[in-house]
Amino acid sequence: MNTPIGLTVGPVLYHWPRDTLTSFYARMADGPAQRIVLGESVCSRRRELKLDDWLGLARELSQSGKQVVLATQALVESEADLRLMRRQAEQGEFLVEAGDASALHMLEGREFLLSPHINIYSRQSLQFHADLGASGWSAPVELSLASVARINAAQNPVLDPQGRAVQTEVFGFGRLPLAFSARCFTARHHHLSKDECEFRCLGDADGLLVQSTDAEDFLVLNGIQTQSAALQCLLGEGAALRSAGVSRLRLSPCSQSFDEVLALFDACLNHGADAAASLAALQALPLPGRLANGYAHGQAGMKWQAEPEMQA
Amino acid sequence: MALGLLKIMSAILPRKPQLVCPAGSLRALQLAVNAGADAVYMGLKDATNARNFAGLNFDIDQAREGVAHAHARGAQVLMALNTFAKAEEPERWFRAVDAAVQMGADALICADTAVLGYAHQAHPALRLHLSVQASATSYEAIEFYREHFGIQRAVLPRVLTLSHVGHLLRHTAVEIEVFGFGSLCVMVEGRCALSSYVTGQSPNNAGVCSPPSAVRWVERTQGVQARLGDVLIDEYAKDEPRGYPTLCKGRFLVEGQRDYAIEDPTSLNSMALLPELMEMGIAAIKIEGRQRSASYVEQVTRVWRHAIDACATQGARFAVQPEWTHVLAQHAEGQQHTLGAYSRPWR
Repeated sequence: MNTPIGLTVGPVLYHWPRDTLTSFYARMADGPAQRIVLGESVCSRRRELKLDDWLGLARELSQSGKQVVLATQALVESEADLRLMRRQAEQGEFLVEAGDASALHMLEGREFLLSPHINIYSRQSLQFHADLGASGWSAPVELSLASVARINAAQNPVLDPQGRAVQTEVFGFGRLPLAFSARCFTARHHHLSKDECEFRCLGDADGLLVQSTDAEDFLVLNGIQTQSAALQCLLGEGAALRSAGVSRLRLSPCSQSFDEVLALFDACLNHGADAAASLAALQALPLPGRLANGYAHGQAGMKWQAEPEMQA
Repeated sequence: MALGLLKIMSAILPRKPQLVCPAGSLRALQLAVNAGADAVYMGLKDATNARNFAGLNFDIDQAREGVAHAHARGAQVLMALNTFAKAEEPERWFRAVDAAVQMGADALICADTAVLGYAHQAHPALRLHLSVQASATSYEAIEFYREHFGIQRAVLPRVLTLSHVGHLLRHTAVEIEVFGFGSLCVMVEGRCALSSYVTGQSPNNAGVCSPPSAVRWVERTQGVQARLGDVLIDEYAKDEPRGYPTLCKGRFLVEGQRDYAIEDPTSLNSMALLPELMEMGIAAIKIEGRQRSASYVEQVTRVWRHAIDACATQGARFAVQPEWTHVLAQHAEGQQHTLGAYSRPWR
């Protein structure tokens, strides 16, 4: 039997209303993902849930048997951002996932995780972060599986200070977080300033679509974050993931069909379901965009190619 | 007595920031130094720096000649080694660190923890600057790099407002360098995968965004299409001025409206903020543009030299001279200037 690939529910990257978040995580409590990353990692102005609310949610999920991780904000600008991060770093209940070097500074010396926004492109860099206490890394989204394998080889993994192998996670499903800016593009589109944005992003459950002039879906505006319009999907790549030393996949929440997506990944990667049939079932779901997997294969991230496992 | 007076003077007068200018070639380096740059920054002819364009940058002999020219005139040479070492060949980046020492660079500008770690360990006397590509936006982040690698200066990402910059300066012992003029990256540097999403080449370790090899111009009856990889970045009418298809500066459709959805093609110009920046204690001001012509470098350097010198004596009475604005406007992308994140409209 293949070694299982753990599933991580990434932080909700969109500005969902409080009730939507609450019911989403109630469903996740019963879902197949073992690890759930909580918190607002994109915009400091989004306050549907405050840190104490997130911690309450974290305790509930923890009681349901989930491993809960708190995400820090990826782009830090103000002292208020740092204050929130300090509170996250100082609570001792849950692991924290560092989103930038400010978080690394607050977390080093204890066990923590690395978000995909920490730039790790070589084994030397991963070793440096492991020495600080990182027990797992989520690879930057643009890395190929070949590079991931080189950085943290299955046969010769990077070790943390306790001598444990650093766990590799890759971005397995969802719109790819591609860039951050000081500017809020959603507010800009609505001709509003960032300070008085009227929280228009509450209306974009999966972000605000950007198309090229010839009407191809291209990107998605999510406040200060820019994402791909296509959804990364590594559903059929179990063998390639395992040989690259990947032990976890991050699935990034979308507003519809996410429960079904999780079930399909679990069935396909860990319970022997047929890859082609699983992919066909996933593509039949009402997802917000088409699929892509180019990054995994060392190509442009927007490319999609049918997996070798399915061509066989 | 004289020393005491100097101390009092330096406490009253704002420190004059170093003017740090781009050198994409030996010619640009020489012109920048001659026009009054306190320091120039340059990179090697490969992916180890973030302006990896054909025909640009230095081999080791040119670098040595540049260092000799600069040092003879009291200017410094900073080497940009500001991409991230590739998993497949990190040694290339480590060799570039050694090359910086061999050529006599006054400091190395780096972003990658692997590169910083190597430099700090192999060449403990080498001065390290934290590149904008490291996207350190807080004093906590800067302190992290100082503690681990002994960085002596950090270049701030172009995302902070002036008041954020001031707050950061009050909480750090590290010298702070900010961007003064040049092309505006609207995304946080070092954290943008838009170009690799379209082309497969990452600016973070190939050193080039929207690479020329991926650009295609397609003539159509109604005008010209600018494509990057498979994506239509912009479309121009026959008589419309055309820009290079940097993908964040294209025109796209959002909810049926076609516009610059991410950023207008503009340049950053923070000259009007010089009194505040100097009052805050900024250590250096950086001019962007290693990919620009030697004459751009010379003219922009000269104008900024005048401005910084004037501001140092005039303080709050400093005013941007119309002839300076005129020269800078000629070199601005899209002939437009913005204060970028420093000013309120971005908030």
